[in-house]
Amino acid sequence: MIALNVNGKAYQVDVEPDVPLLWVIREQLKLTGTKFGCGEGLCGACTVHVNGEPARSCITPVGDVAGKKIVTIEGIPAGHAVKKAWLAEEVSQCGYCQPGQVMSAVALLKKHPKPTDGDIDSAMSGNICRCGTYPRIRTAIHRAAGAKKKGGKP
Amino acid sequence: MSEIIRMSRRDFLKTGAVLSGGLVLGCYLPFGNSAGAADPATTFAPNAFIRIGSDDTVTLIINKSEMGQGVYTSLPMLIAEELACDWKKIRIEAAPVDPVYNHTVFGLQVTGGSTSVRTEWERLSKAGAAAREMLIAAAARQWKVDPASCRAENGFVVHAGKKLSYGQLAAKAAKLPVPQEVRLKDPARYAIVGKPRHRLDSPAKIDGTALFGIDVQLPGLLTAVVARPPVFGGKVTSFTADKAKKVPGVVDVVQVPSGVAVIATGFWPAKKGRELLDIVWDDGPEGGLATPALRQQYVSLAQSPGLVARKEGEPAQAMQKAAKQLTAEFEAPFLAHAPMEPLNCCVDLKSDRCDIWTGTQFQTVDRNSAAEVAGLKPEQVHLHTTFLGGGFGRRANPASDFVREAVHVAKAAGKPVKVIWTRDDDMKGGFYRPFWYDRISASLDDTGNLTAWQHTIVGQSIATGTPFESAMVKNGIDDASVEGAAEIPYAIPNIQVDLHTPKLLVPVLWWRSVGHSHTAFVVESFMDEAAHAAGKDPFAFRRALLAKHPRHKGVLELAAAKAGWGKPLPAGRGRGIAVHESFGSFIAQVAEVSADRKGTVKVHRVICAIDCGRTVNPDTIRAQMESGIIFGLSAALHGAITFKNGKVEQDNFDGYPVVRMNESPAIEVHIMPSKEPPGGVGEPGVPPIAPAVANALFAATGVRLRTLPFNPKALLDGMGKG
Repeated sequence: MIALNVNGKAYQVDVEPDVPLLWVIREQLKLTGTKFGCGEGLCGACTVHVNGEPARSCITPVGDVAGKKIVTIEGIPAGHAVKKAWLAEEVSQCGYCQPGQVMSAVALLKKHPKPTDGDIDSAMSGNICRCGTYPRIRTAIHRAAGAKKKGGKP
Repeated sequence: MSEIIRMSRRDFLKTGAVLSGGLVLGCYLPFGNSAGAADPATTFAPNAFIRIGSDDTVTLIINKSEMGQGVYTSLPMLIAEELACDWKKIRIEAAPVDPVYNHTVFGLQVTGGSTSVRTEWERLSKAGAAAREMLIAAAARQWKVDPASCRAENGFVVHAGKKLSYGQLAAKAAKLPVPQEVRLKDPARYAIVGKPRHRLDSPAKIDGTALFGIDVQLPGLLTAVVARPPVFGGKVTSFTADKAKKVPGVVDVVQVPSGVAVIATGFWPAKKGRELLDIVWDDGPEGGLATPALRQQYVSLAQSPGLVARKEGEPAQAMQKAAKQLTAEFEAPFLAHAPMEPLNCCVDLKSDRCDIWTGTQFQTVDRNSAAEVAGLKPEQVHLHTTFLGGGFGRRANPASDFVREAVHVAKAAGKPVKVIWTRDDDMKGGFYRPFWYDRISASLDDTGNLTAWQHTIVGQSIATGTPFESAMVKNGIDDASVEGAAEIPYAIPNIQVDLHTPKLLVPVLWWRSVGHSHTAFVVESFMDEAAHAAGKDPFAFRRALLAKHPRHKGVLELAAAKAGWGKPLPAGRGRGIAVHESFGSFIAQVAEVSADRKGTVKVHRVICAIDCGRTVNPDTIRAQMESGIIFGLSAALHGAITFKNGKVEQDNFDGYPVVRMNESPAIEVHIMPSKEPPGGVGEPGVPPIAPAVANALFAATGVRLRTLPFNPKALLDGMGKG
């Protein structure tokens, strides 16, 4: 049994410690907002927060995060500035990568409340979007930061 | 199946048979039969697309798959415009498989060809209007007034200070006859259509509740991964599963036609089990397939003309007489669609019923394929369409590969099972954009006018060997192989476009913008070369040749004006332009690019002008242009599936990179006001970007890159810096 703290709730899961956190969240806890995209930490669809830091849950063995504070997309409050900005800028298309994008953006804004385009590039380039919502993600992050900057970088 | 395809995709695009009439009556279903569990006593369901409950909820049953392109918003906008319902009370349901939901042109339930808005505009408008008229009639009857004195407004019927909500009227309206004729709004009075509107699916997509195929949960659900042949056309010779079966959680290992399935209590044990399988494969005839050899084969085919797709005048003679002649060869690789959600399919198979949950663009074909595998009648198979985590054509497969396989696995498992493809499986699983090789020649007279154009295309046919062959392949020419090349709009007196169609076992499929994804690159790059050979500005050269094509010319001029064509740029930057028509829409793009000392291409800015006729949701059009540009840019800068010893060499986003945030250009989209019939927007943003960037690179560096993806080393070599 492994003790997990996910979105402020305590869970006991009966899995091997080498199982990636992603599959425990999705299959044991039934929190399916966190997505499987590549399985190798290359696309960011599975991004969650572990003790406040963004982590790729598809390559994080569940045994390594026992007792740590895990937050998934389901743990981000509805009124969060990032979610509001995502709606205002109409970011989502197919939507599959967006939970991971939101998790990366929330972590970025915690570290850099007024991120530059360079900060956005370095924090967000690990998250792939095949629908190409990047220009809107950039604008939405600026909006969430209160800058309401329009458009992308020149 | 082909007999139910009434008109090929290309015939449809050619004739513009967009708003074919008389479909509303055809779409009425027996009461309450539309999509499930509505209570007929209190629900008003005048047709297969609308259900209004006594609680005022308006459920719209949408027959197109939502894969990012925004149909769960644009199609409801068309209904709501006529129905005058409260937008906030709208709920969306994915349509079940039923002929009533068939594509109005293709004759089966499918989302593709950038056709959803074009083909559903009239049918859904009429569905909304009919419902509105019946609600008005019900209210008028209750008030004993003339229906003409009542009007519908935001979910209510109102008359002289009185009002009744649609929910209050639902039961009464349900008893009224469906009007044979309905009057549609004058588009000049549209309140919803043509104005930006927030997507209905956005909230669910950022809080994790949107249900994709991979998210489906059922009691006792098992998960399977399948080991498939490493070479296309290969087979299992023998296998042992002893080690795999010892993995805790592995329930069974079974052979299916597509390989060996490991069935487990979850994804991880299934994948672990698969790693421990010992399989002996028979590679079949493609065991030696290698990209360099394939390229040589295509190159030699390109040196002689193939089957003629278009011929006007006498290009060969004109070439001989010309003052100047130029020839170039272009190459575009196999491409994977690589949607963010890897393929998956969930199946609950019982003796007399099969339920399938999957993100598909191809409901009728998948349902029928599943029935065949399950040994059931098609109507015993219930296919539930979830959100699609990207489609791009991969989820519209005549072979129904991921659905057929999952039903085979479910048959063997005897329990509900979800087959999940890993990213590697998805990338190596085939159904690629074909590999293309093109040779093209043109001639100019002594004043720099184009006198002849000869274009030879080499590449596999997508439709050949599928049930769609008879509709899509005419006289040996697959429409999709030559689209965008055969019908170039430029005024050139002598033109020939011909095609070689080699056969390979590599499965190929429609990839966002299909044939246009390579023909626009070739035609628009070479048009640029011709402009430079003529000593003319590439924008002005095109503009002069498009005098008889006002919509091409219009977007070309708009894009050039917005991009500041001709104005100076910072040192090292170049500007390139391309214009292309596809799927009923006209698009021009101007790219501003530079290359660094390593030959890495940086696209700074893209200006896009689109004329897609009448619009539904302008914000969706902008989003689709941004999306198409970045999708096309991934292919131009990075994408290539290659073969060695028969095996695909790429397996994940490291070997098959796509554009990320740091490479994403600033994009400006300008929509041309238009009253023309609607065009598509899901695909047409893709084709112009690769040539616009290639042309901009030439402007910036003097180097012409004719092979996709652009190779930094080739660029440096060309610049003399290699």
